[in-house]
Amino acid sequence: MDKNQLLFLLGGLKWTLTLSVIGFVLGAVAGLAVALARTSGISWLERATAGYIALFQGTPLLMQLFVVYYGLALAGLKLDPWVSVSIGFTLHASAFLGEIWRGSIEAVPRGQVEAAKALSLSYIHRMKDVVLPQAIRISLPATIGFLVQLIKGTSLAAIIGFTELMRAGTIVSNQNFKPLLVLGLVCALYFALCWPLSVYGTWLERRLVTAAR
Amino acid sequence: MNYQFDFGPVIEGLPDLLWGCAGTLGLALSGMVLALVIGIGGVLLRDSRFASLRWLVITFVEVIRNTPFLGQIYFVFFALPMAGIRLDPTLTAIIALGVNGGAYAIEIIRGGVQSINKGQIEAGLALGLSRTLIFRLIVLKPALRAIFPSLTSQFIMLTLTTSIASAISAYELTSVGQAIETNTFRSFEVYGVVTLLYLVMSWLLMQMFARINTRFLSYPLK
Repeated sequence: MDKNQLLFLLGGLKWTLTLSVIGFVLGAVAGLAVALARTSGISWLERATAGYIALFQGTPLLMQLFVVYYGLALAGLKLDPWVSVSIGFTLHASAFLGEIWRGSIEAVPRGQVEAAKALSLSYIHRMKDVVLPQAIRISLPATIGFLVQLIKGTSLAAIIGFTELMRAGTIVSNQNFKPLLVLGLVCALYFALCWPLSVYGTWLERRLVTAAR
Repeated sequence: MNYQFDFGPVIEGLPDLLWGCAGTLGLALSGMVLALVIGIGGVLLRDSRFASLRWLVITFVEVIRNTPFLGQIYFVFFALPMAGIRLDPTLTAIIALGVNGGAYAIEIIRGGVQSINKGQIEAGLALGLSRTLIFRLIVLKPALRAIFPSLTSQFIMLTLTTSIASAISAYELTSVGQAIETNTFRSFEVYGVVTLLYLVMSWLLMQMFARINTRFLSYPLK
């Protein structure tokens, strides 16, 4: 493997990081809205978001990317592939993060909400100052676990034809006919991104369990 | 938007798509069986007396869980022929799915084994229960009860993961959809229907597992 091929892989790594960050950040914003709607107490809103979440949890990420990719093209939007793919990952992340955070919001002891209501805090203050700070702590291990899933999931953009790390790897291995070496390196790069996060997530989880004891 | 939807090609291809569903479920089921074998074997090795074996299992689990499945399936796809083993894509996909699911199964089954309460086994012995009864009622059933939810949701995840096997053109729903799409260019319609079929499959599996759970694993109320 020569220097240019290595640089090409690193260029792909840059796109993998970009897709992961965009998907996670925008997905987190939308996911918070989903989680709040899911716990809003307004029954039609709760049912609609439950359906939204079930739709994304019950179908493969690859199909979600395909449908969004071709759907946006049908809607007459001429978008760069990376924009379409980012929208796909954002929607995917919003559903999964929404469900994780719904669980965390519901895991905050009921007394906290009742106390906030008794103090006649408004909904915004109740959420912002009482419920969410505690919910975020509870949700952190699962959120990091999902981030790892998302980073691994960005590899599926390769099947659509977007050149991120995985596709950069298959392109290089088609040039130098050393698929195992190139794939080994590509997987090592994914591992280097994901493993520290996984270890951190497990550590947080253990700390949370100890704190709850 | 002046696009005319045309579901004609999809309706024509529906029998093929349903066969694709069968392919997907077949892949998932075979993959899960292999995953359970790897999972049980892995748990035994994970708690073995030899540190090297323990580390081997830990490394395996961490590597599989922190790399993308697409990379794993490509790796198996290229590695097997180099080892002189020629398999068709579908069998290759089953091996990759089994290895991937196995890493997750190890963690799940290990949790189940650890949840067995030693004091209850001693209580069973004190009550004079036979060894088989102790194993069935005090070891196996509570352990199954503990791992059933995570194991079945892992199975549903594996079913959805099989769509990635289309990358090496194994026979399953996504590759059937891709074949129809290449012939008709009705991308959105085809993938929309394929997505719905996946949704129906995962919903049916979820219902089935919930039934099994209440029928066989719920606590007796009498």
